[in-house]
Amino acid sequence: MSLEWETVIGLEVHAQLSTQSKIFCRCRARLETGHSVANEVANANTCPVCTGHPGTLPVLNEQVVAFAIKAGLALGCEIRKKSIFARKNYFYPDLPKGYQISQYDQPLCENGTLQIELASGEKKKINVQRIHLEEDAGKNVHMSGYSLVNLNRAGMPLVEIVSFPDMRTPEEAGAYLRALHAIVTYLDICDGNMQEGNFRCDANVSIRPMGSSTLGTRTEIKNVNSFRFVEKAIEYEVNRQIGVVQGGGKVIQETRLYDSAKNVTLSMRSKEDAHDYRYFPEPDLLPVSVDKAWIEKIKKTLPELPHEKRQRYISEYGLPALDALTLTASKPLAVFFEQSLATVKNPKLAAKTTANLITGEVTRLLHEENIEMSQSRLKPAHVADLVELLTQKVVSSTGAKQALLQAWKTGDSIQKIVEKEGLKQVSDLGALEPVLDEIIARHPAQVAEFKAGKEKVIGFLVGQAMKATGGKANPSLLQDLILKKIKS
Amino acid sequence: MPVFRTIRETHDAFDARKISPSELTKEYLDAIEKSDLNTFITVCKDRVMAQAQHADSIFLKHGKVPREQSPLFGIPLGIKDVLTLEGVRTTCASKILENYIPPYTATAVERLEKAGALSLGKLNMDEFAMGSSNENSAYGAVKHPTHYDRVPGGSSGASAAAVKAGLCVASLGTDTGGSVRLPASYCGLVGVKPTYGRISRYGLIAFASSLDQVGTLSNTVEDSALLLQTMSGHDPRDSTTAPAEKLNWAEQLRSLSKKDLNGLRIGVPKEYFGDGLQTEVASAVESTLKWCESKGAKRVEISLPHTRYSIATYYVVAVSEASSNLARFDGVRYGVRSKEAEEASDLATFYKKTRSLFGAEVKRRILLGTFALSSGYYEAYYLRACQVRRLIRKDFEDAFKKVDIIAAPVAPTTAFKRGEKVSDPLQMYLMDICTIPASLAGLPALSLPCGKDKEDLSIGLHLIGPHFGEGRLLETAHFIEKGRGHES
Repeated sequence: MSLEWETVIGLEVHAQLSTQSKIFCRCRARLETGHSVANEVANANTCPVCTGHPGTLPVLNEQVVAFAIKAGLALGCEIRKKSIFARKNYFYPDLPKGYQISQYDQPLCENGTLQIELASGEKKKINVQRIHLEEDAGKNVHMSGYSLVNLNRAGMPLVEIVSFPDMRTPEEAGAYLRALHAIVTYLDICDGNMQEGNFRCDANVSIRPMGSSTLGTRTEIKNVNSFRFVEKAIEYEVNRQIGVVQGGGKVIQETRLYDSAKNVTLSMRSKEDAHDYRYFPEPDLLPVSVDKAWIEKIKKTLPELPHEKRQRYISEYGLPALDALTLTASKPLAVFFEQSLATVKNPKLAAKTTANLITGEVTRLLHEENIEMSQSRLKPAHVADLVELLTQKVVSSTGAKQALLQAWKTGDSIQKIVEKEGLKQVSDLGALEPVLDEIIARHPAQVAEFKAGKEKVIGFLVGQAMKATGGKANPSLLQDLILKKIKS
Repeated sequence: MPVFRTIRETHDAFDARKISPSELTKEYLDAIEKSDLNTFITVCKDRVMAQAQHADSIFLKHGKVPREQSPLFGIPLGIKDVLTLEGVRTTCASKILENYIPPYTATAVERLEKAGALSLGKLNMDEFAMGSSNENSAYGAVKHPTHYDRVPGGSSGASAAAVKAGLCVASLGTDTGGSVRLPASYCGLVGVKPTYGRISRYGLIAFASSLDQVGTLSNTVEDSALLLQTMSGHDPRDSTTAPAEKLNWAEQLRSLSKKDLNGLRIGVPKEYFGDGLQTEVASAVESTLKWCESKGAKRVEISLPHTRYSIATYYVVAVSEASSNLARFDGVRYGVRSKEAEEASDLATFYKKTRSLFGAEVKRRILLGTFALSSGYYEAYYLRACQVRRLIRKDFEDAFKKVDIIAAPVAPTTAFKRGEKVSDPLQMYLMDICTIPASLAGLPALSLPCGKDKEDLSIGLHLIGPHFGEGRLLETAHFIEKGRGHES
């Protein structure tokens, strides 16, 4: 990043709402498993309405509105008493009616904020301009010499959440996106699977001389499908724009696509080719009326949100801020954490150890295998049992890691794994004493050095003892015993 | 040719065992076969005969017409080819839907069939209901039923011609700016357009969504009343339908014991009697009004000051919506995809080739509508038109504070000659000057035969009621019809 240039970023996020049926018809919007119907047999999940048959009409799914209101409330938005749908007109084979039913000048929610927290601990408020409802389009599948259209996804309910251009660095954009993702998944209104495309992001990026208050010409980067890629795409784009301007050129308003393999953005279409969407109010739908009572009712269903959870983890469990942030960044992780603590005798005491296991080993394994918490064989009970054993010093931290890995792989109970792998620490004094006596006898030189004041050498002796016990002994216990023997 | 002109006569004939439903249907099918008016695009011979034979068996079982459960028992109807019928080709009189077989039935038709009606087939019309003469059909112009060189009116021209010529007992049309009332006036029939929202539009292939309504054409007011009440009421598949209410207009008319029109205030808007009104039309309307006054009605001179803007307003609103509604005819999912389209090397060519199948008038309106909604013109055209539309509606609201019903001509002239106005769209558009305002205001309105000109061409009296005021409207029309006799 340059010191001469300021980066201005605004994000448009499309989140697919996890309602049972599509936004304007009765077709399913998701499977029992929570998976997208988009991957079902092509065009099996369609009806005359979502395929745009002549004479059909849209009927609004009430649940979709309720979900969007939830998002609006969580982001502190004003909820419009009366919002209206509009038609966005353009031709494309995946758009069955030749227009997308969306909202335009009277969206459901407006003027919210989202607080983000950066790695430095710095906090920043990002303003949310609007949240509106719309239907998804289908998907074109290009074959060699011809194309196919799959309309399973046509009519899926979406909210578009538009931020103000308040972000100044790729890191801020990434933090905003993660925070937003956490909120919609906490609210249980979106499955949040970026690979499946049910949480997608377009980034508007521009640069301006540091200190300037007018916005530069922006480019729009389309559909970037991971947090990391959003940051990288913006970083690339900012450098590209700086290069253009410093080379005496001008940034042109255009839509660009991010190629993650090459880490570049490529021009897709310029402003001149941009569609005139000819928006006008959708005559087939009545205005959406939302009364106070409904809003209040929905308010009562709002769950504990990420920032609230974070606060509670700090005050209730005494967790460090960073642990709290990591745990609450994803709802499944937070839920896993809480469930792990649920059966523990003294949660407050066990919290830090539990957090360490989850933010450390568990997170590493999730990333490594690129899976969701729910897909893992590892259950909260595993972690709870392990924490209990760690606290009682029955297993060492190395042993714990080993046991966790086994549980991850097999799903077997911790008791069984510890038994089978012999991970129990040797704490039996009777068994240890002869071993220690032998080590002291075999290393007179080191014992002498220790006695002469070179206390570091105790580490060597403990190491020897660990070796002799096959790593099963508790090292701090060993150290205590050796010291006692030498000093006596 | 079948001799029963009304539903009641037909039922009486069944009860008297003069004819069975299937014999009657057969007679209608023969009459359709022999007719050269070009009224039917598709005759559903097998389907309707199966329906009729089923009616035969019900009749045998009951020994009489089950008038209570099936008020339309065994009544052969014609359906305008803009309403869908599952498994029966529905073309909208367009080349582009030449092969389109809808997978579902329009709610209006479904309700009629459930009440026992039989669907003889799909009636010719102006392509996508765009026209006032039924000359804009890819399946050829429709002839006036008694004056072959004349037009039957449009766009539901064949719906009128077929009833008048005895090819069906009654028929369904649709009215966007006068498409039921104008043909009814030209052909000497009763034509009713109910309040916007009274009858479901589900399955009505949209021309202009905020204006389209299903309407009826019949020989008597009572028949229209029966058809309308059967189709009316909320449809969960059309959000713009009004809540259901218990209607029994037909029974109301049958038991009408009134001997006068005492207390009825009839508003006569001066703006509907301006230049270009054929003298005989003016005098026929005038003499009907005199007759009403002689029966105790009070004539009130009123003004609807924004009437002169109605054609301009209508042709902006209707074409704007049409440009969007007709976007779905792209050859991707259904309809005709020509060989040239199939061989197109790019998307733009594909669309161009497919959509060149629209007729000239349809193309003209799509272009006009696209223009009116375009960025930079939207405010001056579409938005302005919506504002004027509110003023037109307000005119009526003010008027209905002073009067119960408004009377005027349906059209400035009687049926004109085929070919007379095709090259002059503006002249053609002017034919709708009296019918358009009620459409823009969403009001119920009907055409009732009230006389003939020197060439023996029918003249229609136009009655307009307040929102959901069909009861009073039908009652008045019925009273005039009974009192003055048919002018056919």
